[in-house]
Amino acid sequence: MNIIEVEKLKKVYHDGGETETIALDEVSFNVRKGEFVAIMGPSGSGKSTLLHLLGLLDEPTSGRYNFNGKNVTTYSQDELASLRNREVGFVFQAFNLLPRTTVLENVKLPLYYSDVPEKDWDRMAREAVESVGLGNRINHGQSELSGGERQRVAIARALVTNPEVIFADEPTGNLDSKSGKLVMSIIQHLNEEHGKTIVLITHETSTAEHAERIIRLMDGSIESDSPVTKRLSANDEFVK
Amino acid sequence: MTYRHLFKTAVTGLATNRSRSILTILGIVIGIAAIMLVVSLGAGAQALILGQVQGLGTNTIAVIPGREPTGPSDVTALFSDSLKAKDLTALESKANVPYLKSIMPTVIGAGTSSYDSNAYQVTIFGATELIAEIFDLHPSAGQFFDSSDVLSRSSVVVIGSKVADHLFDGQNPIGQNIKIKGRNLRVVGVLPPSGGGSLFNFDQMILMPYTTAQDYILGQKYFSRIIIQSTSDATVAATAQDVTLTLRASHNITDPTKDDFTVQTQQDLANRLSTITNALTYFLVAVASIALFVGGVGIMNIMLVAVTERTREIGLRKALGANNRDILAQFLLEAVLLTVIGGAIGIILGSSLAFIISIILSQGLGVVWQFVFPWGGAALGLSVSAIIGLVFGGYPARQASLKSPIEALRYE
Repeated sequence: MNIIEVEKLKKVYHDGGETETIALDEVSFNVRKGEFVAIMGPSGSGKSTLLHLLGLLDEPTSGRYNFNGKNVTTYSQDELASLRNREVGFVFQAFNLLPRTTVLENVKLPLYYSDVPEKDWDRMAREAVESVGLGNRINHGQSELSGGERQRVAIARALVTNPEVIFADEPTGNLDSKSGKLVMSIIQHLNEEHGKTIVLITHETSTAEHAERIIRLMDGSIESDSPVTKRLSANDEFVK
Repeated sequence: MTYRHLFKTAVTGLATNRSRSILTILGIVIGIAAIMLVVSLGAGAQALILGQVQGLGTNTIAVIPGREPTGPSDVTALFSDSLKAKDLTALESKANVPYLKSIMPTVIGAGTSSYDSNAYQVTIFGATELIAEIFDLHPSAGQFFDSSDVLSRSSVVVIGSKVADHLFDGQNPIGQNIKIKGRNLRVVGVLPPSGGGSLFNFDQMILMPYTTAQDYILGQKYFSRIIIQSTSDATVAATAQDVTLTLRASHNITDPTKDDFTVQTQQDLANRLSTITNALTYFLVAVASIALFVGGVGIMNIMLVAVTERTREIGLRKALGANNRDILAQFLLEAVLLTVIGGAIGIILGSSLAFIISIILSQGLGVVWQFVFPWGGAALGLSVSAIIGLVFGGYPARQASLKSPIEALRYE
């Protein structure tokens, strides 16, 4: 079953005047439920635009997007916000944690905007924090955490509403290689053990090869779409 | 988002920039404090004035020569010699004014009093012995003149405390003769110093029988005003009406708009004074409101800065599922919290200042000044602050809510 079905998706940016920038030019592909896909490409290839469209943060100029069986191209902004909350988790390059807020509060943030009853918030947030191995730092502020730990908090935040898909935008981009590997091992674990669909953006082949499949973009179009033959296991590397 | 978490989020947002939040609300604090101060002092002043006026007795009616001018060309309004002895006789008649309890003509003038080589500029107040009762005067030494002194135009005076100080330098004035306009007048009584805030201050006055003042000192045949007491508060209105009709008949006036006298009850006076203090209070509140407006603009300014600064946070919240209303509510609540907190501090600050001023006025100046906590003003202050938050926080909050999540996330 496909969780993401994209057909001739196009995004054009207008910069006020007559100049148009075609960021994404009629891209079509599918992602199966439980699949781990990496999207690669140089800067300006349209990979961020694609991730924003797939992550329901932006609306396409034309084309069709079916997310989890729903044609979301017709959804209103509020409906998209609610869908993002329930079915999508985001991990950003810059972590984007709230300053002067504890780990637990940061992870709880998506629950504020959800229909989940408040009595469950604490338990759900704790479980999410424990699942990324930060159970002992639950009341720490983000200034007390290393970059790798911050990104793990962000992953916990993405997980807390138990979404179908996790979109990760260069999640290791701001991390040293050791922390990066740990983060990748967590993401891989979520995919393999919990069956989460992962869509990951990266420009590093070494990161992309943790996925099952790599979509390469060039100038807004798909250049190649192929399975990873020699898949890396972050866990093994981490043990090394 | 639940209200509780909305509130929590807003508080966290404000606490993150504590010093800026405090500076931001300063304008609101000052504005509300100024309004509270003005309203509280206005209420205190009004209570004081009304107390003074009512201290004269609410059954007191004053007849003043002339009428309130209807316009700049109303020359007859200036008549000052319309109240004469025949009016007194007419008013004293039970047939004309049945509820009259007492009546006292007065004459007022200025002159120089002297004793030995000392001279002092005084106000000459001619009245009957009733003045002691009407103004609640008790000589600290000697006694008041009596009705026989009034009848016989005795050359006796009761002097105010400052007059005594200036003319007698600590000597006992009782029995001494002072001179006004070349006439010797014997001092029979001295008044104690009256409070600084009294509406009627007798300290610089010389009181004497009005007959003496009219014939020997001021040389005038008319009265400066006639003070009448009705039998009770209930008969004040009827008495005022009777006095008006009697005087019209006595002056041969048929057209009420041509009255050459004015009848004033204490209630009229109280109302008029209230109108003046109210107008003054409203004016000062209007001035203080400018501070509030400026404070509101300050709030808007800072909220706009905060929205720009927190663009990434807005983007993140939207990515995690916040819709436009959630963001709008968050920033609006932050603005309203700021202004309401500012308003509350302003109310406390303003009423504390008013309280301190009331203590200074009553102890330092000897005025009977009551501190009034303006509950209405406080409620108004809080609602006005909340409204300022809504109005001036509305635009920044809307700007925040309309940010697109990707624009916001991309923002560096």
